[in-house]
Amino acid sequence: MELLLVMLIGLLYASGIYMMLRRSMVKLIIGLILLGNGANMLIFLLGRIVKGKPPIIDSASKMLTEIYADPVPQALILTAIVISFGLQSFAIILVKRAYKITATDDLDELNTTDEIYE
Amino acid sequence: MNNPYIVLPVIFQLFTAVLLMFFWFRVNAQRLITIICSLISVGIAIWLFNEVYNRGILTMQAGEWQAPFGITFVADIFSATMVLLTAISGMAVAVFSTGSIRNARLKFGYFPILNFLLMGLQGAFLTGDIFNLYVWFEIIIIASFVLITIGGEKAQIEGAMKYVTMNLLASAIFLTAIAILYGMAGSLNMADLSGQVAQIENRGLVNVVAILFLVGFGIKSAIFPLYFWLPASYHTPPPAISAIFGGLLTKVGVYALIRIFTLIFIPDEFLSNLLIIMAALTILSGGLGAILQVNMRKIFSYLIVCHIGFMIAGLGIYTELAILGAIFYLIHDIIVKTNLFLISGLIFKLKGTLNIEKLGGLYKKYPKYSLLIAIPLFSLVGIPPLSGFWAKLFLIEGGYLEGQYTLVGFILLGSFLTLWVIAKLWSEVFWKESVDLPKKINVKYFYELKPFKQWAMIIPIVILTVISLYIGLAAEHIVVLSKQISSELMNPSAYIEAVLGTKTDMP
Repeated sequence: MELLLVMLIGLLYASGIYMMLRRSMVKLIIGLILLGNGANMLIFLLGRIVKGKPPIIDSASKMLTEIYADPVPQALILTAIVISFGLQSFAIILVKRAYKITATDDLDELNTTDEIYE
Repeated sequence: MNNPYIVLPVIFQLFTAVLLMFFWFRVNAQRLITIICSLISVGIAIWLFNEVYNRGILTMQAGEWQAPFGITFVADIFSATMVLLTAISGMAVAVFSTGSIRNARLKFGYFPILNFLLMGLQGAFLTGDIFNLYVWFEIIIIASFVLITIGGEKAQIEGAMKYVTMNLLASAIFLTAIAILYGMAGSLNMADLSGQVAQIENRGLVNVVAILFLVGFGIKSAIFPLYFWLPASYHTPPPAISAIFGGLLTKVGVYALIRIFTLIFIPDEFLSNLLIIMAALTILSGGLGAILQVNMRKIFSYLIVCHIGFMIAGLGIYTELAILGAIFYLIHDIIVKTNLFLISGLIFKLKGTLNIEKLGGLYKKYPKYSLLIAIPLFSLVGIPPLSGFWAKLFLIEGGYLEGQYTLVGFILLGSFLTLWVIAKLWSEVFWKESVDLPKKINVKYFYELKPFKQWAMIIPIVILTVISLYIGLAAEHIVVLSKQISSELMNPSAYIEAVLGTKTDMP
C-alpha cells in the first residue's frame, strides 16, 4: 500500500511540474492542481497508514496505549483541500480573464509588463 | 505567560474587514471607517508591544488545548515588533488609499480585502504553529491575488499570472515540507519541533526539509534565483497596493525564514554557506537589475530584491551581531519600502508618468515635497545618520568578525549600487530641467484632487518619514530592541519554555 502511494505521489509531483512547464495557461492550472493533490497525498502517507485502529479511548483506560491512526494528518489534508479549492478557483477565473484580455493561451506572450516604461 | 488577548490584532482586522463589507457601495463611509479602524489597530499593536516588552513572552493556547496538541499563538518581542510595523504600514497605506484609489476600485471591495491581507500578516507573525503559519500564508496570498488584479487592467492581469503561479508553487512546496516534517517529528508546534528535530538522527533528511522550507519561503521573499516574479508584477497594481506588497509581503517570508532557521533548523555549515551564497547573489542581481530600469516602480522592485539579500546575509552569518543587523534592517526596510512606493504614487499623480527619463524639475516646482522625499531615499542608501546606515554597520561588523570578507564585500557593493541608483534617480527626477509632458486624459492629477485627498496622500508619507528619521536618529532604542530580539532568537529556550510550559534542556 505504502509503495503504491509513494509511486502515485511521485507521479503526481512529476506530472504537475511537467504540466507547469508547458506554455499553455490551462496546462499550468492543471499542473498546479496535480501538485496540490500530490502534497495532500504526501501528508496522508507520512501521517502513517494504520488500518482499523481508530483513536478512541475506551472507558476503562485513560490514554491510548496501542498503535492508532493519527487523526491530525486528515485534519491537515481537509484544511489544505479547502484552501487549494479556493485558490484554484481563483486561478481558473484569472486564466479565463487573461485569455479574454490577451487573446492568447501562450504564457510566453505575457511579456508586456516588462515593457512598461510609464 | 498566558494571555488570550494577544490575538486581538488579528481579530480586530477581521472585525474591520467584516464591518467594511456592510458599506460595500458607500465608498465615503468606507474611507472614514478605514482611517478610524487603522488608527485603532495601531493603538492595539502598541499595547501588545508594550505588554510583551514589559512582561516577556505571552502565549495563547486556542481552545485551552495545551501545547503541543492545540494551535498556539505566541507573542515574543520579534512577533510584537512585526505586528507593530505591520499596523503602522497598514495604517499608512490605508490612509493613502483613501486619497489615491479610484471609486471604481473601492466598489470592488478594496478596503475589506486590504484588511483581510493585514489580518493574514498579523496572524502569520503571531502564530506558533507551522501548519497555522501555512494557513495564514494562504490568507495573505489570496487577499493579495485579489488586490493585484482589482481593476483588471491588461498589465495587472499579466503580472498577476506570474505572481499567482509562483505563489501557488511556493505554497505547494511549503506544504510538502510540512508533510515531511510532520512525518519525521510528529508535531506541528514550532517550539516542540525545535526539540524534536534536534533529536532526529537522519541529518540528511532534516537538511532536505530545511531546503524545501528555504525554497518555499525563498520564492515568497524573493531570494536569488527565485525572485523573477517580483519585478514582473509589483509595478502593475496601483501604487498603494505595491506599497503594502513591497513593504510587507516579502518581509513576511524573511520573518518566516529567520524564525524557522533560528528555532527549528539550526543551520549547519552547508546551510550557512548556501544562505550566504544566495544572499550575495541576491544583492548583486537586485542591484544590477535596478541600474538598468527606467520605470521608477521597477527600480524600487529590484531594490527590494537587493535589500532582501542584506537580511538573508545576516541570517547566513548567524551570529548574534549579524542577526541584530538583519533585524534592524528588517525594521528599517518595512517602513522605508512602504514609503518609497507611496512616494512613487505621489510622483505619478504630480506628473502623470514614472519614467525617470521623462520626469524632471521636481525640485524646482515642488521644493517642499522634494525635501520630504529626499529623507526616505537617502535613508535607503544609508547615509549617516539616517536609518539604513546603522543596520548595514552591524551587518558589516558581524560579517567582518566572522571572517566573511567576500560577503562583506557584496554588502558594500549592494550599498554602492543602491547609492548609484538613487543618485541617478535624484538627478533625473529632481534636478534635471523639466520637459513639458503631454497631459493624459485618463490620469487624475494631484492638483485636480480635493484638498482632503491631497492631504490623505501627503500625511502617510510624512508619518513614515518621521518614523524612519526616528529609527535613524534614535538608533540606540532600535539597537536595544534588535539586540533583545536577536538574543531571544539565538537562545530560543525562553520561547520554548513559554510555549510548552516546561523547562527544557536545550543547549
